[in-house]
Amino acid sequence: MTSSPAPVLEPAETVSDLSDRRGHSPANRLQHLLHRRPALSPLFVLIIAVVIFSLVNARFYSAVNLSLVAQQTAVIGALAVGQTLIILTAGIDLSVGAIMVLASFIAANLIYTDNTSVPVALLVAVLVSVVAQAINGLLVTRIKLPPFIVTLGTFNAFTAITLIYAKGQTITLNPGSGLLWTGESFLIGNFRVTYGVVLMAVLYLVVAYALRCTAWGRHLYATGDDAEAARLAGINTKRVLLSAYLVAGLAIAVSAWILAGRVDGADPNSGLNANLESITAVVIGGTSLFGGRGSLIGSLLGALIVQVFDNGLALAGVDANYQVLAVGILVIAAVSVDQWIRKVKA
Amino acid sequence: MKFHQAPRTLLALTAVSAVAFGATACGSAAGSSSSSGGTVGVTLILKTLSNPYFVTMENDAKAEAAKDGVSLTVAAGTSDGDTQTQITAIDDAISRGDKGILITTNGNAVNAALNQAKQAGLYVIALDTAPTPANVADITYATDNTAAGKLDGQAAAATLGGKKAVIAMLDLYNNQVVSVDIDRDHGFLQGMGIDPGSTTQNGQEAKSGTYTGGTGGSYQIACQQPTQGAIDGGRTAMEDCLSANPNINVVYAINEPAAEGAYAALQAAGKTSSVKIYAIDGSCQGVGYVSSGEFAADAVQYPGKMASLGVDSIAKLAKGGSKPSTSSGLDFYDTGTALVTASPVSGVTTETVAQGKAACWGSSS
Repeated sequence: MTSSPAPVLEPAETVSDLSDRRGHSPANRLQHLLHRRPALSPLFVLIIAVVIFSLVNARFYSAVNLSLVAQQTAVIGALAVGQTLIILTAGIDLSVGAIMVLASFIAANLIYTDNTSVPVALLVAVLVSVVAQAINGLLVTRIKLPPFIVTLGTFNAFTAITLIYAKGQTITLNPGSGLLWTGESFLIGNFRVTYGVVLMAVLYLVVAYALRCTAWGRHLYATGDDAEAARLAGINTKRVLLSAYLVAGLAIAVSAWILAGRVDGADPNSGLNANLESITAVVIGGTSLFGGRGSLIGSLLGALIVQVFDNGLALAGVDANYQVLAVGILVIAAVSVDQWIRKVKA
Repeated sequence: MKFHQAPRTLLALTAVSAVAFGATACGSAAGSSSSSGGTVGVTLILKTLSNPYFVTMENDAKAEAAKDGVSLTVAAGTSDGDTQTQITAIDDAISRGDKGILITTNGNAVNAALNQAKQAGLYVIALDTAPTPANVADITYATDNTAAGKLDGQAAAATLGGKKAVIAMLDLYNNQVVSVDIDRDHGFLQGMGIDPGSTTQNGQEAKSGTYTGGTGGSYQIACQQPTQGAIDGGRTAMEDCLSANPNINVVYAINEPAAEGAYAALQAAGKTSSVKIYAIDGSCQGVGYVSSGEFAADAVQYPGKMASLGVDSIAKLAKGGSKPSTSSGLDFYDTGTALVTASPVSGVTTETVAQGKAACWGSSS
């Protein structure tokens, strides 16, 4: 699943094993297991959460509700794909949500005011997302600005552009418009699956495959793990870095489409917290903020966990404030686990 | 090598962020115009420019300013709750020598800056919502948000005709306390004849009991969820509410986008006919949703009127006129509210869709 070669026993550890026997303790073995499979801890948290919430309120486990949780996760889930790619390069992107809202608004507005055909509008959305991410990527790779600062700047810029363009209006498209296709659904048993959820799943499959089985994916991990070593190994790290932003742009375009399906058009105020929520999903999903380690599926689990907590606590009738509290604690816990796992190599 | 680079990177990061933050702060004051030469300077500080409600304020204030020969500077927070940008704009207004500030505050954090402005001789008018405490502003021009909520609540109770109310409360935030959130929520509950159980907090009402509005009956609060006042937030909140209790028949929504999101969730669940949505705002879009039946009612407010009255008052004051005074019985000047419904509701004063459309704001898209 992850790129980093499974470190079985390194010399340093063997020495420390000799001095004390921690190397064989269950904690140590768990540490190694999580290092190899970073998605295991979020999977564990998700299962526990689902079991507990099902016990608290049986409705949680109903097909109708679980379908809703999947639908609610789709936007942030798709966005987290792009965020994962960038965090894997030891970067961070504060602007993904802002770009998503801009792209979705432009697409919806083209259809609403100019009667643009849906494929063209979608193409424009892709173009907007990719160009926006190219700006981020070029500033990071060419001008060598820290990703945090670059995307903080572009986050503000893209938010402002959306507001200027939208003039504060929301757009409601006529039902049946192709842009809202992601909100339409079909039934699998009692599960109502929207095409947006399907689209998100396909996005995960494609990008996960690329990360795992293509040279590009391996190069991305290598660059994120140690850019200097990757460069010396002959990888064009600048190009790999830029490609991460461009592919993230594609993922953002997909999430923009899913968002349109959820809000029946476009709302400049939607996705207000999406930037941070996507980072939250990736971090809870076990991807290291230090780059080079993590799995895409973890980010999906992370996005699901956040939504399951929101939904589960709501069904349990818990005050909405505790939903925010719970997510905060989860983030700290996830980062702590990551720090602990990192010590395998230290 | 890494050790040598780290501090330099950090330095660069600090420097760049300083520039970035500096630029943001200065950016908010962009478009400022000097008020030299005897013209009256007024600064209008809005919550955000992402909501047509505030865009309408901006437009009407500009129109009034042009009429009165006032030099108007407009600033706005980047998001709801962004007090920092607002504080900067207040500081800018003081140093520019403006005669007055019109502000829709994003929170109590701006109070100190507003007090400084008053000490510097600026006349401070709060628009839309009174600051807490209210005397931070010299006067507030607002819609009575409690009254707006009440109208919705009364209509909801009357329409139920004694049936059991299963209510979804779709509020604004769960990460900050904003007076409009409390006032509209509590107003709705009071309108239905339910004790909010608190004056400062949402969600403190008894979760079940009897309502006294209309012909009275029993009620149950099915859920209370934040929406961020946006469509996606409203939709997610309503979905969670329906999962928690599929029997919901009354939805209170903090504003129109939240109500739109709730409608989308109800539509997906095939429940639009059995559930009534009560919204507040009064945009042309929202009034349109009343006529198409998506909203059962929309409590309408007049943001443009607040802003133009505010500009006018400061212009008059600067030219030696008298200070404006509050509406009787209230600690603010009430710019009014009305309830738009598709058909009359017995026992509640309502306006028709046509009346609503005549006074609505924003474009009708």
